[in-house]
Amino acid sequence: MNSGGMIYNILSLGVPFSVALLVAALGENFNQRAGIFNLGCEGIMSMGAFLGFLPAFFIKTGPLAAHVNLLGFVFAMAAGALLGLLFALVTVTFRASQGIAGIGLQMFGWGIAGTLSRHFVGGVTGVEGVPAWAIPGLAKIPFLGGVLFNHNPVVYIAFLMVPTSWYLLFRTPWGLKVRAVGTYPRAADTMGINVNRVRYQALMLGGAMAGFAGAYLSLCQAKMFADDIVAGRGFIAVALVYFGRWNPVGILGGALLFSLAQTLQLSIQVGGIKFPYEFAVMLPYVLVIVVLAFTRKARMRGPTELGKPYNREMRV
Amino acid sequence: MQAASEPIQELKLVGICKRFPGILACDNVSLEVKRGEVLALVGENGAGKSTLMNILAGLYQPDSGTISLNGEAVHFKTPNAAFAHGIGMVHQNFMLVPNLTVVENVALGSKNLHRFMNLDLNGARRRIKEISEHHELPVNPDAYIWQLSVGEQQRVELVKTLCFGAQLLILDEPTSALTPQETDDLLARLKRMTAELSIIFISHKLNEVKALSDRVTILRHGAVVFNGTTADHTPAELAALMTGHEVTLPRNESHDQSTEVILSVKALRARGDRGNLALDGLDLELRAGEVLGLAGVSGNGQRELADVLAGLRPVESGTIHFQGKNLTNHSPRRMIEAGLGYIPEDRHHEGIVPSFSVQDNLVLKDYASPKFSFSCFLKLGEIERNAESLRECFDIRCSSTSVATGSLSGGNIQKVILAREIARCPKALVAVYPTRGVDMGAQEFIHTQLLARRKEGVGVLLISEELEEIMNLSDRIAVIYKGRILKVLPAAIATREQLGLLMAGVVNE
Ligand SMILES: Nc1ncnc2c1ncn2[C@@H]1O[C@H](COP(=O)(O)OP(=O)(O)OP(=O)(O)O)[C@@H](O)[C@H]1O
Ligand SMILES: [Mg+2]
Repeated sequence: MNSGGMIYNILSLGVPFSVALLVAALGENFNQRAGIFNLGCEGIMSMGAFLGFLPAFFIKTGPLAAHVNLLGFVFAMAAGALLGLLFALVTVTFRASQGIAGIGLQMFGWGIAGTLSRHFVGGVTGVEGVPAWAIPGLAKIPFLGGVLFNHNPVVYIAFLMVPTSWYLLFRTPWGLKVRAVGTYPRAADTMGINVNRVRYQALMLGGAMAGFAGAYLSLCQAKMFADDIVAGRGFIAVALVYFGRWNPVGILGGALLFSLAQTLQLSIQVGGIKFPYEFAVMLPYVLVIVVLAFTRKARMRGPTELGKPYNREMRV
Repeated sequence: MQAASEPIQELKLVGICKRFPGILACDNVSLEVKRGEVLALVGENGAGKSTLMNILAGLYQPDSGTISLNGEAVHFKTPNAAFAHGIGMVHQNFMLVPNLTVVENVALGSKNLHRFMNLDLNGARRRIKEISEHHELPVNPDAYIWQLSVGEQQRVELVKTLCFGAQLLILDEPTSALTPQETDDLLARLKRMTAELSIIFISHKLNEVKALSDRVTILRHGAVVFNGTTADHTPAELAALMTGHEVTLPRNESHDQSTEVILSVKALRARGDRGNLALDGLDLELRAGEVLGLAGVSGNGQRELADVLAGLRPVESGTIHFQGKNLTNHSPRRMIEAGLGYIPEDRHHEGIVPSFSVQDNLVLKDYASPKFSFSCFLKLGEIERNAESLRECFDIRCSSTSVATGSLSGGNIQKVILAREIARCPKALVAVYPTRGVDMGAQEFIHTQLLARRKEGVGVLLISEELEEIMNLSDRIAVIYKGRILKVLPAAIATREQLGLLMAGVVNE
């Protein structure tokens, strides 16, 4: 394989690979901007992957059969929002420690999805999943067309979520409230903002997006369900939020960088290049750690009250 | 938040009680304010002023008691409800989100600007312009809050509260962090506003209370102890009523000069937080047994100088010699061990660990000394004994020395820091705004302590903006301007006018 072809392969594979990370991280960004640190993202993604897969697995005939994928995404997002709600109840209303609750949610989602899958599905079975849909015209552009415009439609939706999230966060009243409650909840409270309500909303939205990301894995990427399908992407998503400094555009950059490193790593292995594969597998993770360690910390831009529950009657 | 429907003619609080775990913060408090009136609310640190006002602003819920507006009982469940009735509060700690701009902060609280999927920032900008022109409060709507100085933030707070349609303005220690000029400015503006608004004004500075208010209410230990017309009482009388005893701020009368230089700073250059050259060739000499007052408008390098002396900020060039040893760019630990005491400006974030007990905060610099530890074990009994004796000798008011220090009132936190620093027997003491936000009684105590240290031969560098404090305590006064010392003069011959000019950068020779 020539190197041009290899680069093309890496790029055109890397773009759809980044979607699950991207969507989950954009969702986590809403959580963190509102001041809540949700380590349970991984668990929500597991549930999303399972529930997204379920309709396609069960409904093979009948009028609904044509819409199983849509149904799967709806289920996944609903379940994600519900888990977000549960997380909000625990961390916002009962002010439990967010780190511990997050680990709990991760294990809960992962465990439930695995158990249900063993019960209802049994072994590993594939589904048809979401087929690719080349954007007419654009897909014909040499090189770029294949890299950007020849994927399944969910990829395009996911990339549209970047400007949408940005707009939501920086140009709407709700986004303003989210940013305020994550930075100085008491100030928001004195200005008549219901801090807890905004945090609930942000957690539900973030949860729905994590569910969406999970369903993407089972319906678009792997086209099957296995209980370790998420494979740490939820945690990477949390890291990407820091990496992108709480900005959707930065998060997009991080998600692309990580998944390109991932596909590079794969093609090193597949291409038979002489390089110990153990190190190749490590590459994307090491890259994220290195970049995280060396980027300038933007103290003034992020949510400074991240991880702290708010209690109106508490001093300092 | 929308403007109230009818103007506030009369506001009454009756029998308000509020209990926090272990303390009765408001004890059956009643007070009233009429339209166009300025009520001053004064009292010692921890008397319950802020608590009472937070109840009025809907942030805290009272345990009992009623609030009535124009004769009608109201109940504020949220800050929103208070705003809807025209009650706006400028809190003791600014309630501005630092990573938002001024417009965004105003838009945050203006519900009528919240459209579906769209934020009417231009509407907010117009409103800010209107208010700031009407009240002559200039603000830059597009600046981020974290970029603004304290004085500017104060102005933004006022504009914000007025934008929300406040008719009764509660100001909780609005002047505690302002420069004297800014304070005069603010008082003049508030005076003008009384044509349209009622104001409740909290301050520890009784001359401000005298200048602004019509009536004064004094709180002590959560209860009202006095209620009267301001014009009938002198500041001294008010101070006595507030503390329960006569307050006389001590003066440094003996201007005898020692000559032994203990701390000498030469051609010091250091950068501020925003990368600017905050200290630009500063020279300073502190002698043993003197109080050297450093006067200047804040923001001229005081903070950076204090940081550098505490070892918290790197020095770019220049030297610091302490008792003949070169301590330039040494760690805070080395500075502490050399015998340099430090009372920081930001007592919550630098002076103490708020969640630690009073006992622990009192040994924060000496926990590893043989007095308080044995190999790797802390001597808890000794630490407790130490705390008890310091508590007694420094009159720290707390229910016990094992409570979290952050829950004490501002004045008492300051006493904890002072006690720790002084008990270590420093050779020199850097005190940065030591009486900011502190009540009269505590102020008297702190001043007395500083002068007592001077007597013992400690060199005290007193950084302050209060000319009165500086002139009362100092042997010599240095004026800092734009990161340099403009002039050093003996306190005995310094006059207010002369210092005022120097602080503005005017040298007439
Ligand atoms: N949220 C709270 N939780 C527990 N105790 C509190 C709380 N707020 C205030 N207190 C306590 O209530 C008392 C009154 O505090 P408050 O802040 O009202 O005093 P203050 O008069 O405003 O003092 P200062 O002049 O220092 O601002 C203090 O003893 C304080 O420790
Ligand atoms: Mg107060």
